[in-house]
Amino acid sequence: MRLFYVLMGLLALALPWIGLYPVFLMKLLCFAMFACAYNLLLGFGRMLSFGHAAFFGLAAYVASWLVTAHGAGPAGAVLSGMAVAAVLGTIFGGLAIRRHGIYFAMITLALGQLVYFVCLEAPFTGGENGLQGVSRGTLLGMVPLRSDRVMYYLVLAIFAAVFFFIRRVVHSPFGHVLRAIRENEARAISLGYDIDRYKLLAFVLSAALAGLAGSLNSLVLGFATLSDVQQSTSGEVILMTLLGGTGTFFGPVVGAAIVVTLQEYLSDVVGGWVTAIIGVIFVACVLSFRRGIVGEVVALRQRRSQPRAAGPAEPA
Amino acid sequence: MSTVFGIPVPVILGQLTLGLVNGSFYALLSLGLAVIFGLMGVVNFAHGAFYTLGAFAALLGLQYLGINYWLALLLAPLAVGLLGVLVERLLLRHLYGLDALYGLLLTFGLALIVEGSLHQVFGASGQSYPVPDALAGALNLHFMFLPLYRAWVILASVLVCFGTWFVIERTRLGATLRAATENAPLLQAFGVNVPLLVAATYGGGVALAALAGVLASPVVLVNSHMGNELVIVVFAVVVIGGMGSILGSIVSGLVLGLIEGLTKVIYPEASNIVVFVIMALVLILRPAGLFGRE
Repeated sequence: MRLFYVLMGLLALALPWIGLYPVFLMKLLCFAMFACAYNLLLGFGRMLSFGHAAFFGLAAYVASWLVTAHGAGPAGAVLSGMAVAAVLGTIFGGLAIRRHGIYFAMITLALGQLVYFVCLEAPFTGGENGLQGVSRGTLLGMVPLRSDRVMYYLVLAIFAAVFFFIRRVVHSPFGHVLRAIRENEARAISLGYDIDRYKLLAFVLSAALAGLAGSLNSLVLGFATLSDVQQSTSGEVILMTLLGGTGTFFGPVVGAAIVVTLQEYLSDVVGGWVTAIIGVIFVACVLSFRRGIVGEVVALRQRRSQPRAAGPAEPA
Repeated sequence: MSTVFGIPVPVILGQLTLGLVNGSFYALLSLGLAVIFGLMGVVNFAHGAFYTLGAFAALLGLQYLGINYWLALLLAPLAVGLLGVLVERLLLRHLYGLDALYGLLLTFGLALIVEGSLHQVFGASGQSYPVPDALAGALNLHFMFLPLYRAWVILASVLVCFGTWFVIERTRLGATLRAATENAPLLQAFGVNVPLLVAATYGGGVALAALAGVLASPVVLVNSHMGNELVIVVFAVVVIGGMGSILGSIVSGLVLGLIEGLTKVIYPEASNIVVFVIMALVLILRPAGLFGRE
């Protein structure tokens, strides 16, 4: 497993030098980060949020607004976006965990739409136009980020930090309790865990990391628009996680790579049919491979190595 | 002219009837959602897409086949209902016994397929459906003018809602349906064809959405995303009312429509979000919803 991560790391370092467009790679990494953050909630906490675009998009707006209107530096802008997403996550999470399962999904969907309407009408978001011309600035007054390659390595470093942070969280005692709640909520309660606190913390962590991804993405692209905060973005992050494999570490990365690539290149081929095609992938995923790509690979490998003894699946 | 808080009374009454019209659609949609959820345990995210399909069926039927409004009111729900039966037999059937979240995700995918395709074929701009001749014009109630079509939408929706309530609560078919909700295997052992019943229920619930779509087509722009925006509000209505009670979903649909209409008069900027804010308040004060029993 360690060898796999080393190889992936080397590949990621080399990618901008073998002809891949750095802005595309950065967008991919930001969405991979978003999907990993989402997976913390869906995969390890089994909470299906339909409103995660609110955190991603609002953080993008906050970061862009701080840069364009107040001349903030990249570090301050990104951290502020993340902090706002964490506060919003505390409010939304506090409301949503009062109900379970499908109601949780409907509540987050409605709250996400609330944020969308606020962003549509609030004075600082630029309405239908969004905020444009967000300059990347100079990191901590030392490293200018105008070059795409420099920015790429910064995004890659942050992505790696988030990826291993989530691994650490899942393997921590907190992560174990979270998975215990996922498997059997009643039993976790009877063991004396205050499950609402665990669920809320998972929600806030996920929202904050989604906000980090969103504000970073707006710096990369140089704009924040309504589409960041739209319900379709919440749908996309669900699809990325589901397609790659919920509850696996690497699945959301694979899912994000596939979906972002599809959107980038498929739209040239099929034009406006992209939405319908994404819908078809959704249906196919739910009907035929609910474990996702990485989840199926892990299951296959486990079946090969232990033909009879079926142990509990360890996240890959 | 008489005013309340500086707003002319006819304006308030006009917005209130519009609110009731919207409330009728909320009620019809949340009723269908509640019936489907009650029997199948599936939250039908595609409900808005079926509403959109109903409106498109009416519009295209008029343009290409010359089917008039009254016939469309019958045929469009029938066609969409049959499509719903197909969806249940071909797709949803495979998810029974799994976590309810998968049903939500599958129908979300279906909604994307329907909306994406309609958007691609018919474009983003909407068209409107002509108001049928018999319902054109307005009633002069002396204190306000009531457009006949709005009155018709409210009346028709209330009748259909209570008709559905009557069928489910007071007839033999409804008793069978409720029995299937309680204990499907036992009912099947008594010789009732439960899979058929489930498919018919999904078709029926979806047909209600399509009927709402046909009713809405002369008062809104018919376009690919008309259902998506509506269904999110309907989900909030369902969270507020709870899906446990049929009367509950009808009443909360109508009342929230009224409140939304009133907000348009008093503080128009908040009219898009008032239902969501009420949802948040209800979650704080009564987490299970007003009529819920979670």
